[in-house]
Amino acid sequence: MSEISMTVNGRKVSGSTEDRTLLVQFLREDLGLTGTHVGCDTSQCGACVVHVDGKAVKSCTMLAAQADGADVVTIEGLAGDGGLHPVQAAFKEHHGLQCGFCTPGMIMAATDMINRHPEGLDEATVRAELEGNICRCTGYHNIVKAILAASKKMTKKGRTRKAA
Amino acid sequence: MGMEGIGARVARKEDQRFITGSGRYVDDMVVPGMKHAVFVRSPHAHATIRKIDSKAAEKMPGVIGVLTGKQLKADGIGNLICGWAVASKDGSPMKMGAWEPMATATARFVGEAVAIVVADTKAQARDAADAVEVTYKEKKSVTDPVATLKKGAPQLHPEAPGNLIYDWEIGDLAATDKALAAAAHVTRMEIVNNRLIPNAMEPRAALGQYDKAEDHYTCWTTSQNPHVARLVMSAFYNVAPENKLRVIAPDVGGGFGSKIFIYPEEIICLWASKRTGVPVKWVADRTESFLTDAHGRDHVSTIEVAFDKNNKITALKADTIANLGAHMSLFSSSVPTYLYALLLSGQYDIPAIHCNVRAVYTNTAPVDAYRGAGRPEACYLIERAIETAARELGVSPAELRSKNFITQFPHQTPVIMTYDTGDFQASLDAAMKASKYDGFEKRRAAAAKKGKLRGIGMSCYIEACGIAPSAAVGSLGAGVGLWESAEVRVNAVGSIEVLTGSHSHGQGHETTFAQLVADRLGVPMDSVSIVHGDTDKVQMGMGTYGSRSGAVGMSAISKALDKVEAKAKKVAAHLLEADDKDIVIENGEVKVAGTDKALPWFQVALSAYTAHNLPEGMEPGLKESAFYDPTNFTFPAGCYICEVEVDPETGQTDIVQFVAADDFGKIINPMIVEGQVHGGLAQGIGQAILEGAHYDPASGQLVTASYMDYTMPRAGDLPSFDVSTTETACPSNPLGIKGCGEAGAIGAPPAVINAITDAIGNNNLAMPATSQTVWAAIQAAK
Repeated sequence: MSEISMTVNGRKVSGSTEDRTLLVQFLREDLGLTGTHVGCDTSQCGACVVHVDGKAVKSCTMLAAQADGADVVTIEGLAGDGGLHPVQAAFKEHHGLQCGFCTPGMIMAATDMINRHPEGLDEATVRAELEGNICRCTGYHNIVKAILAASKKMTKKGRTRKAA
Repeated sequence: MGMEGIGARVARKEDQRFITGSGRYVDDMVVPGMKHAVFVRSPHAHATIRKIDSKAAEKMPGVIGVLTGKQLKADGIGNLICGWAVASKDGSPMKMGAWEPMATATARFVGEAVAIVVADTKAQARDAADAVEVTYKEKKSVTDPVATLKKGAPQLHPEAPGNLIYDWEIGDLAATDKALAAAAHVTRMEIVNNRLIPNAMEPRAALGQYDKAEDHYTCWTTSQNPHVARLVMSAFYNVAPENKLRVIAPDVGGGFGSKIFIYPEEIICLWASKRTGVPVKWVADRTESFLTDAHGRDHVSTIEVAFDKNNKITALKADTIANLGAHMSLFSSSVPTYLYALLLSGQYDIPAIHCNVRAVYTNTAPVDAYRGAGRPEACYLIERAIETAARELGVSPAELRSKNFITQFPHQTPVIMTYDTGDFQASLDAAMKASKYDGFEKRRAAAAKKGKLRGIGMSCYIEACGIAPSAAVGSLGAGVGLWESAEVRVNAVGSIEVLTGSHSHGQGHETTFAQLVADRLGVPMDSVSIVHGDTDKVQMGMGTYGSRSGAVGMSAISKALDKVEAKAKKVAAHLLEADDKDIVIENGEVKVAGTDKALPWFQVALSAYTAHNLPEGMEPGLKESAFYDPTNFTFPAGCYICEVEVDPETGQTDIVQFVAADDFGKIINPMIVEGQVHGGLAQGIGQAILEGAHYDPASGQLVTASYMDYTMPRAGDLPSFDVSTTETACPSNPLGIKGCGEAGAIGAPPAVINAITDAIGNNNLAMPATSQTVWAAIQAAK
């Protein structure tokens, strides 16, 4: 067993877990944050993507103990207080989801992608960088549209902020 | 069309919970005292089970119980069944072998459950499952549908000698053979429709809870049709009477057909809950899903199409072997027969058709309906054959199709179906225009300069949705009726709940159905809630599959709304001292047409419930229900055009353009419809170039049992799509809807393969056309 503590969505949490407990299990089962999903056993599908210390991570591919001391953000904490994060809003506006199961991971991966590309994104880059996230419903068409739209919004905002 | 009414691109109501991580899927459910289950599964494709020793496992930490099929049987739980009776051409009934929820004597495919372990945690259950010692005696296995019919092949079920389930036919053999013999040209092809694994992103799951005090069961399950699940579990598997069994399908993460069927796991979890005294939850891991979810397709066929000297089709003949796997899943028998051969006329006027289908057992996962279910297999045969025929005859594929299109409706095909309406030329023209078909040869030449082989291919599909009427499907062997139910409850303050037997697992019913109500009553969509997926809330329903929610489910809602409107008008007429024939409902008001006499909607609702001043003899309240049984199938149709570039050195294929022009009849929410097409196309393109379930013929092991091995389409494999619609309203339902859920998966594969074969100059190309397959076909053509 390991005693672990971390910050999840801005809140300090701690717990005692089996050493083999995956981060995704700790989030879902111990903290009740069921927005992060498990879609495969081989770290391929990306339904479990969360942010660990500001980077997109597949939470099924990391032990909970490895996240000891980390700052974790899940889909539940992405927008902060109330409202929607621009990527969440774009997924809704552009119909970037159907069954919703891959969506939390998609949104977390997309947010990270946009953050890593302050210069903006194009379709080919978005498609290439979505390699680690599988969606079976949308054919990706509207996911790509949503990410491009969110990137435009967020990048512009970033620029305005820098200019000010 | 209002901002929220029929035809509006309304953003989805359900999105709010999904984008914020507040969706509620079965794996998210926690009930007090809940424990976790892991199944012990056969590692062999075919084996006799000699002994199951669970002594060591039972002593492991956290273990509550290890249960086997013998105990299940002793408790009276029944075998799984196939609910659609198909008879062979000699009149004999289909030969269905016994399918025990947990195998007691023989395991017939890798992954078949033999025991369940319940423990405090999933990890403990997994550890203990590893410690259950099962002694098997391996038997020879067979996974190939052609090999299984051969003399000396391993035999699966004593009930089905020679592994043959049925040998079925439809159409006029003599007339077809005569036309083939007299033909000016015959195109003949051998075509395999590759086996697919549905792969909804949410793995299957079940949570069974037995309440001793009430002697009552609750099952949370990943189902597309919870009422059918309750009916079947009650009537056939003896889990509990319907009034003692509640089935809840909450948010469900995709289905594509694979979550229609009742699987062993939900039955076992319910039974195990009573046996162990704790609620039991099971969630499949992905490899378990690969091994045990019902697979799709897996046909081996020959097709012959006869043409006269004017290039008119005179006959079509198909012979198919359909692999149904190791057991007959719930609707498996109907897929390669009534959902397949009845569509073999395609969009064409064909005087004579004959199709023979042999369904066979093999040591593989059960095969059943997967997005399109039978119709993709039919479309693939016809559309590959007609494109190949055009090449053989030296005519344009578009012209050959146009010349043979059905243009008069209704049209009776030689294979039962009566097409009600359509305009096939309109969708062909729309797709050719959108794809700039005329400029293709220039693009081909430009690609050649870059060293690439560019090809174009089309497919003109037709399918049948809203499978109905109940009496008709009953006469074809269906064990259920295929109607739908709806209840519209207007609350005393005017807000509305619509209870529907349809089930949304991505289709956006909470939005589309609310749009219909908003359109009819002029109330805001926010005041309309859609209730579905719970047998305690909705009385009965048939669920969602076969693109039926719009055409059938919404028609039921429409019928219930008719009744609500009629009563509301009577209430208002009484209050306004007018004739109810003069009352209209619009913009949230109930008013006397052509006057300023009006009541707000909520006031009419309130009056119905206060009942202080109702017409004489009228019952209080404003709540109506309806069952809608369609009068015919619906027939969505369209044209898809695919353009590819192939690298001749590597066989790497890039889809550079994909155009879809569909006729879905009337459309409620174009945004959602386009999304359905996109998703269908991705699955169709996946089948064409990426996906293929592969069993090792020697061992019977599924070698494509993870996302490392089974190629799911990813964003980088697909282009953006150009989708548009043409419209002929469906005459057989009140809303004019045809259905849009499966079209993409039906029409896309032949369009893609026709494009690649055009590029490489070899008509002989198997799906999935991976780089290696395409490269080999290029070499073969040299």
